Amino acid sequence: MPSITETLTEVTRFVVSPRTLDDPRSAGFLHDAHALGLTAVERICCADLYFIQGRLTPTEVRVLADRLLHDPITHNVTQNLSAAGKMSAADCVSGDAYVIEVALRPGVTDPVAEQIVRAAHMLGSKGVQAAGTGLRFEVYGAGLSEADCHLLAARLLSNPVIQRYTLGEIEPSFPLPTQASDAVEILPIRSLDDAGLMTLSQERRAALDLNEMCAIQAYYRTEGRDPTDVELEMIAQTWSEHCVHKTFKARIRVERPGQLEAEIIPNLFRATIRAATETIDAPWVLSAFVDNAGLIEYDGVNAISFKVETHNHPSAIEPFGGANTGVGGVIRDVLGVSAKPVAATDVLCFGPQDTPFETLPGGVLHPRRILSGVVAGVQDYGNKIGLPTVSGGLWFDPGYTANPLVFCGCLGIAPKDAHPHQPRPGDRIIVLGGRTGRDGLRGATFSSMTMDAQTGEVSGASVQIGAPVVEKGLIDVVLLARDAQIYHAITDCGAGGLSSAVGEMTSTLGGRVQLESVTLKYPGLAPWEIWLSEAQERMVLAVPPASLPALQTLCERYTVELTDIGQFEASGRIIVRYGEKTVLDLSNDFLHNGLPQRNLTALILPPRCPAGQTTPLPTREHDYAAALLALLAHPNIASKERIIRIYDHEVQGGTLIKPLAGLAADAPADAVVLRPPGSAGKQALALSAGMNPEYGKLDARQMALNVIDEAVRNAVAAGADPERIALLDNFCWGDPLRRETLGELVAAARGCHDGAVYFGAPFISGKDSFNNEYLGSDDQRHAIPPTLLISGLGLLEDARAAVSMDLKVAGNAIYLVGAFAPTFGGSHYALTCLPADQPPAEGVPALLPITRAVYRALHAAMRGGLAAACHDLSEGGLAVAAAEMCIGGRLGLDLALEDAEPLRALFGETTGCLLVEVPPQHTADFEAALSRLPCRRLGVVTAVPRLTARSAGQILLDLPVDTLRNAFQRPL
Amino acid sequence: MPPKALILFAPGTNRDLDAARALEQAGAVPEVVPLNRLRRGERRWQDYQMLVLPGGFSYADALGAGKLLALELQHDFAGPMAEFVASGKPVIGICNGFQALVKSGLLPDPARASAEAQATLTFNACGHFECRWVTLLPVSQTCIWTRGLNEPIDCPVAHGEGNLQARDPHWVDALVASGQAALLYAAPDGRPAQGVYPYNPNGSAADIAGLCNPAGNVLGLMPHPEDHIFAEQHPLWTRGLARGSGLALFRNGVAYAGQF
Repeated sequence: MPSITETLTEVTRFVVSPRTLDDPRSAGFLHDAHALGLTAVERICCADLYFIQGRLTPTEVRVLADRLLHDPITHNVTQNLSAAGKMSAADCVSGDAYVIEVALRPGVTDPVAEQIVRAAHMLGSKGVQAAGTGLRFEVYGAGLSEADCHLLAARLLSNPVIQRYTLGEIEPSFPLPTQASDAVEILPIRSLDDAGLMTLSQERRAALDLNEMCAIQAYYRTEGRDPTDVELEMIAQTWSEHCVHKTFKARIRVERPGQLEAEIIPNLFRATIRAATETIDAPWVLSAFVDNAGLIEYDGVNAISFKVETHNHPSAIEPFGGANTGVGGVIRDVLGVSAKPVAATDVLCFGPQDTPFETLPGGVLHPRRILSGVVAGVQDYGNKIGLPTVSGGLWFDPGYTANPLVFCGCLGIAPKDAHPHQPRPGDRIIVLGGRTGRDGLRGATFSSMTMDAQTGEVSGASVQIGAPVVEKGLIDVVLLARDAQIYHAITDCGAGGLSSAVGEMTSTLGGRVQLESVTLKYPGLAPWEIWLSEAQERMVLAVPPASLPALQTLCERYTVELTDIGQFEASGRIIVRYGEKTVLDLSNDFLHNGLPQRNLTALILPPRCPAGQTTPLPTREHDYAAALLALLAHPNIASKERIIRIYDHEVQGGTLIKPLAGLAADAPADAVVLRPPGSAGKQALALSAGMNPEYGKLDARQMALNVIDEAVRNAVAAGADPERIALLDNFCWGDPLRRETLGELVAAARGCHDGAVYFGAPFISGKDSFNNEYLGSDDQRHAIPPTLLISGLGLLEDARAAVSMDLKVAGNAIYLVGAFAPTFGGSHYALTCLPADQPPAEGVPALLPITRAVYRALHAAMRGGLAAACHDLSEGGLAVAAAEMCIGGRLGLDLALEDAEPLRALFGETTGCLLVEVPPQHTADFEAALSRLPCRRLGVVTAVPRLTARSAGQILLDLPVDTLRNAFQRPL
Repeated sequence: MPPKALILFAPGTNRDLDAARALEQAGAVPEVVPLNRLRRGERRWQDYQMLVLPGGFSYADALGAGKLLALELQHDFAGPMAEFVASGKPVIGICNGFQALVKSGLLPDPARASAEAQATLTFNACGHFECRWVTLLPVSQTCIWTRGLNEPIDCPVAHGEGNLQARDPHWVDALVASGQAALLYAAPDGRPAQGVYPYNPNGSAADIAGLCNPAGNVLGLMPHPEDHIFAEQHPLWTRGLARGSGLALFRNGVAYAGQF
């Protein structure tokens, strides 16, 4: 290997800084520094750093600076040879100013650097060998100390997982040239005892338990040899919770207090989620749980696919990259069913944004950092790849501080039966897309473990930065290849990398791979690293040799890399070679069926209060107005406009009901209505979501029922047919080995079954994420609340029948539709009220049997054009729903409540209810449509923009809409 | 014969199909063509009567929005691009396409591009990417795309670098006076936004949303009229207030292309 000194050529350093003093990016850093308590910082000036390796003439330096690296109208540039004029940490202190510079760690993907090299060559600087990027901060403040700067750099300006920083000038690092490697380790598993097996599992971070390690040992004893590192790594990925859902497929012994005989569930997934879909047996479900995404019938010509994934642990340690690649991953899931991605969704859970630093567990990023990084990651991928990010949610709870949740969804459209999924013997194994690097090793096992303070350090390689434009190229090529019938099967490269994608595709036939054919970002990767790398933006295709030239042509047109790495064979085995050396040879049967079923025990505890149970409220005075304003300003309810607007929700031109509704587009829509390009009929789709961890804390089963109701209700509110709603489940849970945690999971999964069957709304896809816990350096486990996201995919027979939530016309009537049975269990009123007003302990809302009939009748009325607006009651209850409708229409409401307990009526939470605005000429028809169902006229829309609520002659509330809006728009 | 529209496609282009749909509605025959096909001669510039540089994130907007696409256009396609513009055929650059036209010097004035760049599209004054609907006033009779349009156009913006700034601020006034400022951001009262956010969503000088070349055949604009070509795309359609379709602009361009 050449020594470092020989390989170091000249590096030119460019600093590009904005000319203006009020640079928004710098101002943003300053704002964040203050929010993190670093108030000694008075000013930050942020500049971009570029490092170019290679000998350059002065003219070349000038051309690169002027034509490539800076915009002469808005920015200044300075450049010098990096070795010259270096400052030490002490030098950079000039009076009250410090310099902090940040650069990526070696090996972290730097897409901008790649473009610099390409463009520099185009500009004639052929001597440019490599490039790097970084950031430079000049930090000013009278009382600022060096320690403050380290704090600022560590907490705000850099993330040690992917970046390093220095006070003063940073030296760029370029990957050192290394030799190709065929190093394979043999792991002597046959001779190990139980303790040795577990040590091996931990050393390789395999996340396999003793039972599973024993099964592997038994296999190799029958094979008469020991495994290679490549094999053990592949088995660990293939058998990870992330890939095979061991918990949901486990045999579970369910115990209940006071119950002598335990109940046995042979397979939780089959008994609940899958059973619901089979029972409902909807003819419009085209595929459920088979592929990476579920498929439903749409317009007679096309099928719609939908998938929601989580990317929690990566987002905890590197929020931008974690969320970024989460979006990229779920888009590939949809592309993996040969569908064109047409929309993205994101639901995010974070710790409270005002969490004091001192209370953070060790090694945990501040929730503000996590939120801004995650949102930026979603924005970057969705916007750049050209998907409207349309539907989302945001939830704050201290339980998410160390373990945020990032749910990324993707919707796709494809002609029915356009998705081939049968590789044939002789087909080539083709990798399309990005090159393979050391990035993202062991992601599947990483996501299947509890995190601790060291996770960031050890698993840093599990996180990578996405390259959305590379994935856009994949979409372009794959869709054309699909239409030309070029491939026989396709799978995305996700967790587990090639090992998982190729392993899955060869699981029916078998296949052979030449690992040295895989194109690498840089040489030196060991075979197991190539096989396991989770480098992003790759798809694997089964392509008959005769079709390869056609695929090659498409790839050249769209600047996509194609690599032929092997072929499918009817051998029943997967064989991987590196050059002449066989590094992996496994039987499909063992790899895919050899995982022993887990045996787990669950303890189901009854909720403290049964669902729907209420207690009479003490009679006393209440400040209803203050209570409503506090609710509107609660982070879970308040406007998400600031985030929604940084996502492009208009690209592709299919967003008909937008995430922001109303006259000023600042009110929250119930569901988004989409008519993606390529739609063949009048139909449109409603995308909705239901989630409520507050209910989960009290009653996991009822939470599941209620969030299914919420997903259905939201879709119905926007005009979807309640009989045509498909569901996706995403469970994010703690450690399933804890009996109570598993008990909550069993209860929630059964709730899912019962809720889905009740509404006739089948599950078409789902995903679970366990071990969402964090073992802090305080030795305490920090677990998340049981969190179930239900995503709804509804159908509107006619896009033009969509209804928005904003009040339309003064004089219209307003109806409360549905079985109104508010409770305070798990309510947001209980989270926001003064301690003295704390309601008594009550059950979470029950789901009442009349609800499905209500939705049907309401939908018929909406189809008949009787509703001018419709909005559901959710967190914060009736008063919040009414306030949001007023904000949307900039109109008032005058409501008369007959309820005995006005506080409960206004702020209690209920399932199954909506507010519907009906023009006077339709009220008789509307009442007829809902006859014999719970429906009452509550009041009237007023031109005076005030929300007024009265009860028994008393005015409870009388607030101007502007006041409501100010509370609702309180910045996050 | 309906005019054929050449929609340039670079890695990262993503509103090409939105533009194709609008052009089709307006009566053209659009074709999305990867630059590599033009480079290899599989498609010829002269076979098209209109040229469209659609929105997206060409080359991920690395080093500045539209910058690397502009460089590529200058490096590999300077001749055919200049010829297309000089022929008088209609050219439109939307969002990323506008950024590439400005950064390659084809807008605002190719005659002055050999000297220092006169204008740029830089980071939004609000500091971040933003997606929202805006109202545009077509104010130029010079520009063949806006000529004769009297009604405002409603359509979304979705960009992070749409803030039009000039080296010489006075020169912006000259653009307005000469009719090169083709589209202005409007306030709800129907008058120019006067820089007021969010009506002028990015801080562009003189509320300029779209610029044309002195000849009037090349239009660049940040907003996306191609995403408002039917009523149900308008945010207020459920209130019966859909208005200002972006189709008018494309119809103008297609009609003009008919002569070539």
